[in-house]
Amino acid sequence: MTLSEETRATIERARERYPQPRSAILPALWAAQHEVGLLTPDAMREVATLLNLAPSEVEAVSTFYSMYFQRPHGRHEVVVCVNISCALRGADDIVAHMERSLGCASGETTADGEFTWSSTIECLGACGGAPAMQVDHHFQENLTAKRVDEILERTRGTPGLVSGQ
Amino acid sequence: MAEFRLLTKDIGSPELQTRAGYERAGGYQGLREAFKRFTPEQLVTEVKTSGLRGRGGAGFPTGTKWSFLPKDIFPRYLCCNADESEPGCFKDRYLIDENPHQLIEGVLIASYALQVNVAFIYIRGEYHEQRLLLERCVDEAIQAGYIGKNILGSGFDCDVIIHGGAGAYICGEETALIDSLEGLRGQPRLKPPFPAVKGLYGQPTVVNNVETLCNLPHIVLQGGEWFKSIGTEKSTGTRVFCCSGHINRPGNYEMKLGTPIRELLDEECGGMWKGRSLKAFQPGGGSMQVLLPEHLDLPLDMEAVAQCGSSLGAGAMVFMDESTCLVDYSMRLVDFYEHESCGKCVPCREGTYFESLLMHRLEAGEATPAELATLTDICSNMDGRCFCPLGDTATWFVLSAYRAFHEEFEAHCGAGECPVRARYAEKVA
Repeated sequence: MTLSEETRATIERARERYPQPRSAILPALWAAQHEVGLLTPDAMREVATLLNLAPSEVEAVSTFYSMYFQRPHGRHEVVVCVNISCALRGADDIVAHMERSLGCASGETTADGEFTWSSTIECLGACGGAPAMQVDHHFQENLTAKRVDEILERTRGTPGLVSGQ
Repeated sequence: MAEFRLLTKDIGSPELQTRAGYERAGGYQGLREAFKRFTPEQLVTEVKTSGLRGRGGAGFPTGTKWSFLPKDIFPRYLCCNADESEPGCFKDRYLIDENPHQLIEGVLIASYALQVNVAFIYIRGEYHEQRLLLERCVDEAIQAGYIGKNILGSGFDCDVIIHGGAGAYICGEETALIDSLEGLRGQPRLKPPFPAVKGLYGQPTVVNNVETLCNLPHIVLQGGEWFKSIGTEKSTGTRVFCCSGHINRPGNYEMKLGTPIRELLDEECGGMWKGRSLKAFQPGGGSMQVLLPEHLDLPLDMEAVAQCGSSLGAGAMVFMDESTCLVDYSMRLVDFYEHESCGKCVPCREGTYFESLLMHRLEAGEATPAELATLTDICSNMDGRCFCPLGDTATWFVLSAYRAFHEEFEAHCGAGECPVRARYAEKVA
């Protein structure tokens, strides 16, 4: 089995709490991704079994949402907002700086496996602190090139969100 | 100060993030009073009296929405829409981060009024930490007897489930939210039937925005008539305005409705940055039409802004200074809608694709005048022809900007670069 007892228990608790078990798909996929680091076919099959669904139903849901991924990511995930409010305050410069600092393009993973980063047009909801990004789902606002480097340095080598890594 | 703090009254105190701290600030008194002084029907009437309108964008009267639920069909469900993803909008995150129990109390009051025994807070995936915070607060509320069976001895039962999304703007559309909550791909449903009649699990359902629900404890405690006395006749109460862009003090400011926009910009936002002048602003989030400096004296009032061809929408104000290129700005919004189109209907899926293609060529100075002329054509094949408002609104800003800044759009044709950026670089050099 791919998923730990703890993750399976989390999924079972969600299944019991919702009026209909199918509603637990999203929380179940989050639990699986936070343990495995991505949604493998095996992990999705296990989620399907726990929720009494066909694996194809779970996969169809998982591929609709942009925050679930089907290929491996680095230990830390960095997402830089480039929507209007961030763009007005220099998001493009932050993106260019990320490319230089991490040595890879948006959507890629650094050679040492520490970071997967991407620029996103999905507004992150941090417009008052623009330009902004998220590191492992944590908001970092009022960015400058210097602050970005400090944040990346501080993050490098620390545990990421994924428990199984 | 021009601010009028009702929902954001005690904000800034970390105490509010705990149940005990919230109670010390008067929290959960609204729920106690609701049980003591109102039957569910009376509560619906009180909210109608208050004139409270939805804060998510459409501005529909909340009490009227509630009264659409058919009598005697149970179970019913309440979904709090915390899928905030409108470009420029960050108030719901602020209200959750700063005062999470106020939202939970609002959810419980609405649940009591609607006789709902299971309520959901659908929070966007990016707000992972806010989801964990709300889950902790729900656990605290369960322990204190605010959530569960026979709440505060009232005989009323209610569970509150925090449901995390996973990255999809479309799930802020109420029927897509319901699909997502049912464990499906979050795509909108055909209306009618409206959620009030047939929503979550096929049962009567109300979907309300975070800020809308946060108003309820205050309406219960101080009365619908009192609430109605704040603001204008048709836009009652306050709203939390998310201010961003080229201003000195970006942030959330709670204002009485009816206050002039200029007061918000000058007094709260500290005016435009770097001594520059205002070129344009967007008053209601990424979906709404552009407004110009001449509109600054408009009141923050839904009707007044609508008369000028735009909308207060979700309460996000994005201010642009003279250096801003409206083509670049429009291109980002169009890219956003292209990325977020769920793919269910053709006009939106294909329309946003062609819009985006055109805007990229235009911003790069590569489009011809004939290509630019297709913008109106593409948009008229989308607006009013899409399955849900996402596709319609993907045309609103760009078309309004094209109308207001016609020459700027045309100057991009065949320029080989962005002429606004080039001109501004020259000016500041």
